Amino acid sequence: MSENNSKAEEKTEEIAEEKVEEKEQEKQKEEKVIPYLEDVPFFGFQKLIVLKNKGIDPELIDEYIAQDGYQAAAKALLEMTQEEIIAEMKTSGLRGRGGAGFPTGLKWEFANKSEGDIKYVLCNADEGDPGAFMDRSVLEADPHAILEGMIIAAKAVGAHQGYIYCRAEYPLAIKRLNIAISQATEYGLLGNDIFGSGFDFHLEIYQGAGAFVCGEETALMHSIEGKRGMPRPRPPFPAHQGLWKKPTVLNNVETYANVPQIILNGGKWYAGIGTETSKGTKVFALTGTVKNIGLVEVPMGTTLRTIIFDIGGGVPKKKKFKAVQLGGPSGGCISEAFIDTPVDYESIAKVGAIMGSGGMIVMDNQTCMVDMARFFMDFVQDESCGKCTPCREGTRRMLQILEKITRGEGESGDIETLEELSEVIKDAALCGLGQTGPNPVLSTLQYFRDEYEAHIFEKRCPAKRCPALLEFEVDEEKCIKCGICFKQCPTEAITWEKKQPAHIDKEKCIKCMTCITNCPSDAIF
Amino acid sequence: MQQLQNLEALNPDLTAEVMAQVDEIIDRNKGKPGCLIPVLEECQGVVDYLPMELLEYIGSRLNIPGSTVYGVVTFYSFFTMVPKGRHTIKVCMGTACYVRGIGEVQNRLQSKLNVEVGGTTEDRRFTLEAVRCLGACGLAPVMVVDKVTHGGVSPDSALKIIEKYE
Repeated sequence: MSENNSKAEEKTEEIAEEKVEEKEQEKQKEEKVIPYLEDVPFFGFQKLIVLKNKGIDPELIDEYIAQDGYQAAAKALLEMTQEEIIAEMKTSGLRGRGGAGFPTGLKWEFANKSEGDIKYVLCNADEGDPGAFMDRSVLEADPHAILEGMIIAAKAVGAHQGYIYCRAEYPLAIKRLNIAISQATEYGLLGNDIFGSGFDFHLEIYQGAGAFVCGEETALMHSIEGKRGMPRPRPPFPAHQGLWKKPTVLNNVETYANVPQIILNGGKWYAGIGTETSKGTKVFALTGTVKNIGLVEVPMGTTLRTIIFDIGGGVPKKKKFKAVQLGGPSGGCISEAFIDTPVDYESIAKVGAIMGSGGMIVMDNQTCMVDMARFFMDFVQDESCGKCTPCREGTRRMLQILEKITRGEGESGDIETLEELSEVIKDAALCGLGQTGPNPVLSTLQYFRDEYEAHIFEKRCPAKRCPALLEFEVDEEKCIKCGICFKQCPTEAITWEKKQPAHIDKEKCIKCMTCITNCPSDAIF
Repeated sequence: MQQLQNLEALNPDLTAEVMAQVDEIIDRNKGKPGCLIPVLEECQGVVDYLPMELLEYIGSRLNIPGSTVYGVVTFYSFFTMVPKGRHTIKVCMGTACYVRGIGEVQNRLQSKLNVEVGGTTEDRRFTLEAVRCLGACGLAPVMVVDKVTHGGVSPDSALKIIEKYE
């Protein structure tokens, strides 16, 4: 008996042990393994050059130095000649990240060869495109990278004075730049005889005063000179006659942030990233109707699909991707059909947008493309400085037509007039603001002409965003009787009772769109 | 000194005390090339706005024609020539905020406060402004009251937020 007992006990123990083991295995299955950074799509598809120092304390120069900071400046100042720096920049293939994409090395070479005893190096931190915040993040999180890039540029062209033109809307960026400049000066990285090389470079911040057009290079220089920030015709180009009529190099924040890494790792290394014509990485500010919002830095040539759906995680549930807007008021909307376009300067231009400074706004089917075009035209018209007639008058006329269409008063022929005005403004405007201003209208006309036609001929807004074209009535068949609209209506214009469809009193309704935006079954039209 | 007293007679906001600060700003910047815009920025920080009398005074001190000063002030949206309310509400009109519904927030604020964009309420409690992108697109739609940024606002939450400011 006792033997049997003990055997039985052993068996039960074995079974028990097996069960414990099974349970543990199950537990392990349940416990999620923490993935490596590169296995998370949001990070895995990114390559960080400009944003590589994210997370350091931007107010401590030592943290930047610990991340190989200022080594490139030392190399440039102590070991390299001006020609070698320019050659390295040309090899890298870096193109201006402000939007136009002019080769940086070439720009420096022009300024270097330009005759003059006084030259200037400027940083354009007047990031005005709505929906773009790449430069702000770099300025706030890694200000020393910009300082270092500017020191190298100064050496390359032979400048001893630099200005950072930062917009007044970014007070934290200005504060951190000031801290960075004073720390760098204290360490002997700015000022006279940097690294004992005999090279002098002084840097000042210039605070903008709220004018979008000041992002244009000649307007920016007029603004630093204390004048109205209006552009002037080029040539002469700033490389020959810039700030105070002296040879000047002006680059964007992101461009400068690339420079130290190029000098440190070599132009060939940088040229190994990206596509044939667009080298390196580009930072995009991914926003709008997308799950993961934030800055993403990807190698040139990554497709829009990868950025929006793999990195961005796609659009949230119940919504449908409609278009992506690139390049702000100078850019265009790209429809779903072209979502596999790689991001490089040429490919993006081919589909009707521009690379721009890097704003990338994802739009869902609740966005009306005509209203979007009106929004951008309102922006361009408001920010037009008024110097040249095509931009001043032309954008105003275009805005009037777009407003008319969204009010439901569009007429046959309006689309053709918009197209004609667009071409004239593009050809005749003085600066980039006007020359690119009609792009949002042209690109939406290209891909969403049917929406314009619905507004004009059927007096209907397919995306339900233009209040003048909506009835504000409830489709009783579609209504799921949930009462959400009733609870949210600010003017108590909606009556509803449990299990009954809602009803809107048109006299009380102020057409605020709250009900339409929040209706889960799309029942209000 | 007589000139300063005259200014106060012309505009009660330009007291001798305020003008002493203005003079300090001008003295510190005078002679630097392109100093007009920084001077105006700092002066607006002291006086809150830039009345015509002050523009003429700054111009004469910096040897810049009053018309030029006026031209600069009216060009940049950062400068204002009319006094503002005790609190400034800025709704962000950037693309991301627009797509996410700041337009409805703005409409509700306008009807609640009974002011247009750029206007100040009669009791000078609020000034309502629409600004271009604040670069906080990750928080869209965004509203800034004085210096505090509020993200993800709705028409209802916006009204609740401004209730706290007297």
